[in-house]
Amino acid sequence: AAVTMSAGSGNRNTNTEPWGSFDENLIQGGGAAVIDMENMDDTSGSSFEDMGEMHQRMKEEEEVTAEAAAAGDDGGEDDGGEDGEFLGMKGLKGQLGRQVADEVWQAGKRQASRAFNLYANIDILRPYFDVEPVQVRSRLIESMIPVRMINFPQKIAGELYGPLMLVFTLVAILLHGMKTSGTVIREGTLMGTAIGTCFGYWLGVSSFIYFLAYLVNAQITMLQTLSLLGYGLFGHCVVLLITYNIHFHFLFYVLWLLCGGLSTLRMVAALLSRTVGQTPRLLLCGTLSVLHMLFLFYLHFAYHKILEGLLDSLDGPNMAPIQRVARDVPELTLNATLRSLGTLLKTH
Amino acid sequence: MAAAEEASRPFAGLSDVSISEDIPVEGDISVPVGPSTRRDEEFSTLDEPVKETILRDLRAVGNKFIHVLYPKRSTALLRDWDLWGPLLLCVTLALLLQGGAADSDDQGGPQFAEVFVIIWFGSIIITLNSKLLGGTISFFQSLCVLGYCILPLTVAMAVCRIVLVGGSGTVSFAVRLVVVTASFGWSTFASTAFLTDSQPAERKALVVYPVFLFYFVIGWMILTFSPSQ
Repeated sequence: AAVTMSAGSGNRNTNTEPWGSFDENLIQGGGAAVIDMENMDDTSGSSFEDMGEMHQRMKEEEEVTAEAAAAGDDGGEDDGGEDGEFLGMKGLKGQLGRQVADEVWQAGKRQASRAFNLYANIDILRPYFDVEPVQVRSRLIESMIPVRMINFPQKIAGELYGPLMLVFTLVAILLHGMKTSGTVIREGTLMGTAIGTCFGYWLGVSSFIYFLAYLVNAQITMLQTLSLLGYGLFGHCVVLLITYNIHFHFLFYVLWLLCGGLSTLRMVAALLSRTVGQTPRLLLCGTLSVLHMLFLFYLHFAYHKILEGLLDSLDGPNMAPIQRVARDVPELTLNATLRSLGTLLKTH
Repeated sequence: MAAAEEASRPFAGLSDVSISEDIPVEGDISVPVGPSTRRDEEFSTLDEPVKETILRDLRAVGNKFIHVLYPKRSTALLRDWDLWGPLLLCVTLALLLQGGAADSDDQGGPQFAEVFVIIWFGSIIITLNSKLLGGTISFFQSLCVLGYCILPLTVAMAVCRIVLVGGSGTVSFAVRLVVVTASFGWSTFASTAFLTDSQPAERKALVVYPVFLFYFVIGWMILTFSPSQ
């Protein structure tokens, strides 16, 4: 809301808004503590940006008036120093040029500092981290439980702590998987690849889903897609934690369908409840499910035990298939035990 | 004299104001002696021998090491924070972790950079996280605490390297596992003893988890280190 303190203005309230009208702002000019609403960016989402921007604007108004006062004093001194008669065309141009350059510089500096203070201000993110441990735990468990209600928009928590921690946990698990599979990264580091993969998926797919949702006019904000997808990674973490240590393909497929499927269903149901129309729903939910499930698939198989020599002989078109290799004794016995258990279960 | 006249001019209009006799208008306007002596001391440290300067810093670092090894609730680490200790520990750990694992030689380079990046960016992210959760600790204080609490893990790394000289069988793995787990627990406990004091009570778990993850990753890097033959 804008604060108008202009005295003596006519009562031409053509607006029904609680704040002052645009006409008043344009005509009044200086001398009133007014925040110009028409320059405000459209920040659909949280109003926190608005608060930050307003706060910045109020600071700037003070700065501008202080600068104007200072500039006025300097201009006055210059005039006083020079003889009034010599203030001909040249003098005027020089002074004008200086003032214009000064104005441009000050405006540019103000813009840059405003942008910096707005976007590099850590306090913008503060409300998204305002959670309790109980809430995080309940959201983690709920991320695996699909909700059947799709006629009314489901509530999606807009927080970033849980998703961020899950992404980092996934990075740690991925690192473990890469190390135990003996992956050799030629260009770059193991850590860089892990971080790049996980953050790239989280941020990239969230933005893509938000973009699609924007196209089909679904009722979801960027924060909510980030949050939804982040919590969906909980299933991935659990599955990868188990299957990176127990290399059993059948187990992976079961867990992939079970945990991956549950978390996908949860996200899909949340999206369905916020989208109208058959084709948009199909597009949005289809894309999300495919990307989510394929990501888990990729994470498991890309860092599986790979034959060392295979990497050297990898040509572009002639990609040799990924093979299982003979492994160390302890893992072999574990696998053998599990396989025998599996066959036992099958025979029964 | 001229200055006094200029100062008294604004109060010229008050010359007819009378001050009642019973309100004492007296005091001491002399500048307190404290800051000036401190400034003298600072200037005098320029003349001291380099050995003394270095020793003073080393003593401060060593003092903080002791605070980490025996973590009790004290503000020494927070009050005079410095980043020398974390840098020293980080470089030591990165050097010890170098030259390990895989087959090719080009793995040696990224190892050092990896450890550096993990430690510093991990600390920065944990600090940001604790600030966003409403912590009252400052940025560099938090970096200082997290860096210093890597000391047990560095000691564990040194021990692991010594154990690995003897061989890399199951026994050595068990020993290394025990040592690394103990030091990881010690690091996490030490850092939470300093960090969670600045947090509201019910949010402590939210701050502890990233710290746990951070030291877990470092501990796991130490555990999976195997020297190249």
